Amino acid sequence: MTVRRLHLDPIACDGHGLCADWLPEMIRLDDWGFPILDPGEIPPELLHRAKRAASACPVLALKLAVEPARS
Amino acid sequence: MSEGGLAALADPPDAPAGLPRLLSGTRGPASLEEHRRALDVPPRSRRSADESLLALVERSGLRGRGGAGFPMATKMRAVASGRGRPVVIVNGAESEPASGKDRLLLTMRPHLVLDGALVAAAAVGADSIVVCADDDDVLTSVERAVAVRRSSESSRLPIDLASLPRRYVAGEERSIVQLMNGGPAIPTSAPPRPFERGVGGRPTLIQNAETLAHLAQVFAFGPEWFRELGTAQEPGTRLITVSGAVAHPGVHEVPSGMPIAELYRSAGGERGATSGVLVGGYFGSWLTPAQAFDARLSDRSLRRFGAGVGAGVLYFLPDGACGLVETARIATWLAGQSSGQCGPCVHGLRAIASTVGALARGGGQDAAAKILRWSADVEGRGACKLPDGAVRFARSALATFSGDIEVHRRRGTCGAASDQALLPTYVATSSTR
Repeated sequence: MTVRRLHLDPIACDGHGLCADWLPEMIRLDDWGFPILDPGEIPPELLHRAKRAASACPVLALKLAVEPARS
Repeated sequence: MSEGGLAALADPPDAPAGLPRLLSGTRGPASLEEHRRALDVPPRSRRSADESLLALVERSGLRGRGGAGFPMATKMRAVASGRGRPVVIVNGAESEPASGKDRLLLTMRPHLVLDGALVAAAAVGADSIVVCADDDDVLTSVERAVAVRRSSESSRLPIDLASLPRRYVAGEERSIVQLMNGGPAIPTSAPPRPFERGVGGRPTLIQNAETLAHLAQVFAFGPEWFRELGTAQEPGTRLITVSGAVAHPGVHEVPSGMPIAELYRSAGGERGATSGVLVGGYFGSWLTPAQAFDARLSDRSLRRFGAGVGAGVLYFLPDGACGLVETARIATWLAGQSSGQCGPCVHGLRAIASTVGALARGGGQDAAAKILRWSADVEGRGACKLPDGAVRFARSALATFSGDIEVHRRRGTCGAASDQALLPTYVATSSTR
């Protein structure tokens, strides 16, 4: 079983903040506009918008990581 | 030691009894001749890892002395099982301004550290060693030591030197790897990790200088000897750099797990002369004297205060000095040490530092609440551990100096002389070679 989680490259991220517009359920912005991610697995109903959030990032800092499920 | 080819070394001539260990023998720099009187020549590195050496390290229970306290055997096994011929890097960066232990070791006992690097190389099957340092005296000392070996001992592995910029994050593993690979000495975020693919794409073992010095003695005198001092979980001795309100500041070699109160007394500290104790380094934690004097120099003992031995720094804030002012100054310095790559670190550390400064000036409405919120937000969001360390430092100050915060709020200041900087800092050098 695998699950998907949000993964951010903190060096690449420039704080554009578009990801939080696409996925406010799992991404909030800190006081300087940089995203704080929900570390949990992406629920199936949010997967579509999570993908949009990742592709909206102008510097491709946000990825959907495929990881083995924690049992 | 009873296993295999190591049996021949079972009765070393001069295993130091008691303390000191790393710093035993001559007072000044130890020559190769003096060093060889105490320690035999280390083993040769072969094409593959040496399981008996790895098992020896495992039995010793040796943990890294650079800050994280990671078990050395685990790290070595990860490197040994990687693809390609490993490289060993001696991390001699003294990034912690209040620490002096690795500089002392590399200038006084360079051969002990180099022997440790050779043992590490043999254990993982490495074919080269690089010594990194950010201090000219250290580089000169190691250069001389390497030259002496070249002329008087049959040639072993090539040992190269690399000069690191003096900057807080330059001694971080990924910074070192990036520098060796031709980039700037700043952290990277992308996998793979150095133990998988580091310098030149090869598995890279990066160890603190003190850790390697211990390894040389583990090999020479055996893991049982090593474990005679220290605690079961954190065996051996540690080099602790003591400063502040003590009569005898400097590097003290003590058994791991020694009560902090005992070290304070033996360094000439007097009852009531300190109002706060910084443990670990600038990524460490402030403790109240009551907490510190109830704790031992082990991660296990310090864990209940959210602290750890870290890089072996112990600073005793003189009674009458202001912990808030000092924390604000160091937090500002730490913010300036950011490599500027990760937003939360760049903005968060600056905001936290200036708000600690506001607290120290008696202002800052709900400053403490802001610092706590920002600390929680920033933690874990950098490519390296600088933001985590800086928020631990700031947060621990809020708890330890809560009484002072109240006094500052009522009076604007605590009356302590604040124009004198107590904790040391340095001016970072450029990240180009």
